[in-house]
Amino acid sequence: MIGTGIAKGLVLTAKNLLSTYTDKERLPTIEYPDEKQPLPEASRQFPMLIFDGEDEMKGLRCTACQICEKECPPKCIYIVKSKDKRVDYKGQNQFYPAIFDIDYSVCMSCQICVEVCPFESIKMNTEFELATPDRFGGLLVHKQQLAKSNAHYQKIHPTEAAASDAAMAVEKAKAEAKAKADAEAKAKAAAAKAAPMPSASPEASPETPKPAVAAPKMPM
Amino acid sequence: MASLDQIFVTLKAWVLGLLPETVQPFAGVMISISAIMAVFPGIFALTTVVERKLLGRFQNRPGPNRVGIPLTKIRLAGFGQFIADGIKSLTKEDVVPRNADKVVHFIAPFVLVVPSFLALSVLPVGRNMAALNFTETGLLFFFAIGAATEISVFMAGWSSRNKYSLLGAMRGIAQMLSYEIPLILSSLTVVMMVGSLSLVTIVEKQTAVQWGVFHNWHVFTPWGFAGFLLFLTAACAEANRTPFDLPEAESELIAGYFTEYSGFKFALFFLGEYLGMFAISGVAITLFLGGWSAPFTFLDWVPSWLWFFGKLVGFILFFIWLRGTLPRLKVDQLMNLAWKFMLPMCLINLVVAGVWHYTADWNDLIRWPLGAALLALPYWIFSRRFESRFQTRTYRYAS
Repeated sequence: MIGTGIAKGLVLTAKNLLSTYTDKERLPTIEYPDEKQPLPEASRQFPMLIFDGEDEMKGLRCTACQICEKECPPKCIYIVKSKDKRVDYKGQNQFYPAIFDIDYSVCMSCQICVEVCPFESIKMNTEFELATPDRFGGLLVHKQQLAKSNAHYQKIHPTEAAASDAAMAVEKAKAEAKAKADAEAKAKAAAAKAAPMPSASPEASPETPKPAVAAPKMPM
Repeated sequence: MASLDQIFVTLKAWVLGLLPETVQPFAGVMISISAIMAVFPGIFALTTVVERKLLGRFQNRPGPNRVGIPLTKIRLAGFGQFIADGIKSLTKEDVVPRNADKVVHFIAPFVLVVPSFLALSVLPVGRNMAALNFTETGLLFFFAIGAATEISVFMAGWSSRNKYSLLGAMRGIAQMLSYEIPLILSSLTVVMMVGSLSLVTIVEKQTAVQWGVFHNWHVFTPWGFAGFLLFLTAACAEANRTPFDLPEAESELIAGYFTEYSGFKFALFFLGEYLGMFAISGVAITLFLGGWSAPFTFLDWVPSWLWFFGKLVGFILFFIWLRGTLPRLKVDQLMNLAWKFMLPMCLINLVVAGVWHYTADWNDLIRWPLGAALLALPYWIFSRRFESRFQTRTYRYAS
C-alpha cells in the first residue's frame, strides 16, 4: 500500500538521527582544527633533517654529500657545503651543510632523497599544516626549520626509525671496530718499525676515510 | 492562567489605550503587522539552522555547530549561523542577467513574500488572536492569496531568461496547480462539517469535549484523518518541500526558478518559501488539529498561543524529517499521484464526510469503523493499481 514505504523510511531515518546522539560510531566526523585524527604510520608529507643530541645545528646528521640534491627529480634541494669539517657520530671528520634549503612548493614528496641518503639524515615528516601567506619565502624552508630531533622521527615513524637506529648502531660498531683495528695495526707497525722489517700491513694506509660519496647505503 | 493566555491581546489593548482615538485603528493594524513580521521571520531564521543541523544528523554528521556570538568564543551550538547567513545575503552582489526582464525580475521576490505574510495574517494563532478575522471568507482568502505565489514562481522563471529557471517555473506551475485541487478539496470537508469559512469559527468548533478527555479535533474522525493526510501531502507539494521539490531540484535544475537570483533577493525567495510552509502548516493545524486548542481537556491551562506554535514547530520538524528521508518524485509520478490518486481519494472523502454528517446520531463505535472502511477500501484499491504502475517500469526506447 502507498505509505508503508514512507513510514518505514521515516522510522529508519529517525533511528539514524537518534543514534548519532548516543553512539559515537554513528557520528564519525572529526572536527579538524579542534581535534585531530592520529596520522597513519605510513603517511608522509615533506622531508626533514634529523639531528642527534641537544643542539639542532651541531647534531645534524647531514654531511652535505649532495646526493639528495643531485637525485631530487624536481630539483627542490639546495645545499652549500661547509668550508670546515666536524666530527660526526662515528668519530669521523665530515663536512656539514652551511646552507640546506628545500622548496616545499616544488617538492613532490617522492621520498627519493630519503632512499638515497647514506647517513640516515633526511627523512619524511608528517606535518601538513604548511599554509603561509608568503608563497615564495614562506615555503622555502631552511635547515633551521628542517632540523627535527630523532625523538620526533621515532614518534611519527616508529618502525622505520627503529630500523634506521639499528643501521646506525651497526655502522658505529663497525667504525669503532675499524678504529680499534687501525690502532692495533698502527701499534703493530710502530713495533715493526722498531724492528728492521719494513713490510707494513696494507690496512694501515687509509688514515682518513674518504667522505660519504663512496660509502654504500646499509641494507636495512 | 487566563491572563497569560490573553497577555498579547491585553498588551495590544493597553498600548492602544495610550494613543488618541483617531489613530487607534491604524495603530492596531501596525501592531498586528509588526508582530507577524517579527515572529514568523524569527521562526524562519531558527528553522534554517535547525533544518541544517537535523539534516546533518540524519546523514550522520554534526551539521553547523561553530558560529556563535561574534568576536567571542561562545558557539551556542551553531545557532548564530542565521546571523552570519543574513549578513552574507545582505552584502552579496545582486546579479541581474543582462537579458533578464529587469522589472519583473525585481518584483518577483516581493510577489512571493507579500502573499505569504498576508496568508499568515488570517491564522488564529491563539484565542482572540487572529490579525485578520474574516467572519465569512477566512479560508477562501487564504487560498486566493496562496494562489498568488504561483504567479511569482512563473514571474521569476520567465524573467530570468534562463533555461533552468524556466523549466523550474514550468514544473512549479504544473505542480502547484495540480496540488491546489486536492488541497482545497481536502479542506472542503472541514468547511462542509463546520458550515463556515471563517478560520476562527473552525477552531472554536473544535474546542468541544468528546470521549471524556479529548477535544473534538477533526483529525479524530475518519474523514478528518484522511483529509489531514491528503492535506499534508498536498501542503508538501504547495510548499515545494521534498519529496515534491521538483521546481528547485538542485541536482537537475541548479536552483530551479530562482537560479538567477542572488544576494538579498535570493534570501527573500528563501523566506517566502518558508513563510509559505508555515502558513500552510498553520492552516493544517487550524483545520484538522484544533488550532490553538489543547488535545486534552486537562491541558487547557497551557496558553492557547503556546499550543499553536508548539504544533507549528512540530509540523516544521516533520517537514525536515520528511526531507531527510524521501527522494524526489519524477514529474510523471508527481502528476499521477495528484490526479489519479489524491483527487479520487479527496472526492471519496467528501462523500464520507457527508455520511458522517447524516449519521450524527449513531453510536461512535459503529460509524467510526464505517467511515474508516469507506476510506480504506478505495485506498487499498487505488494504491494497488498505483504501485503496479510504479514498480514495473517499461522502457520504450532503451532495451
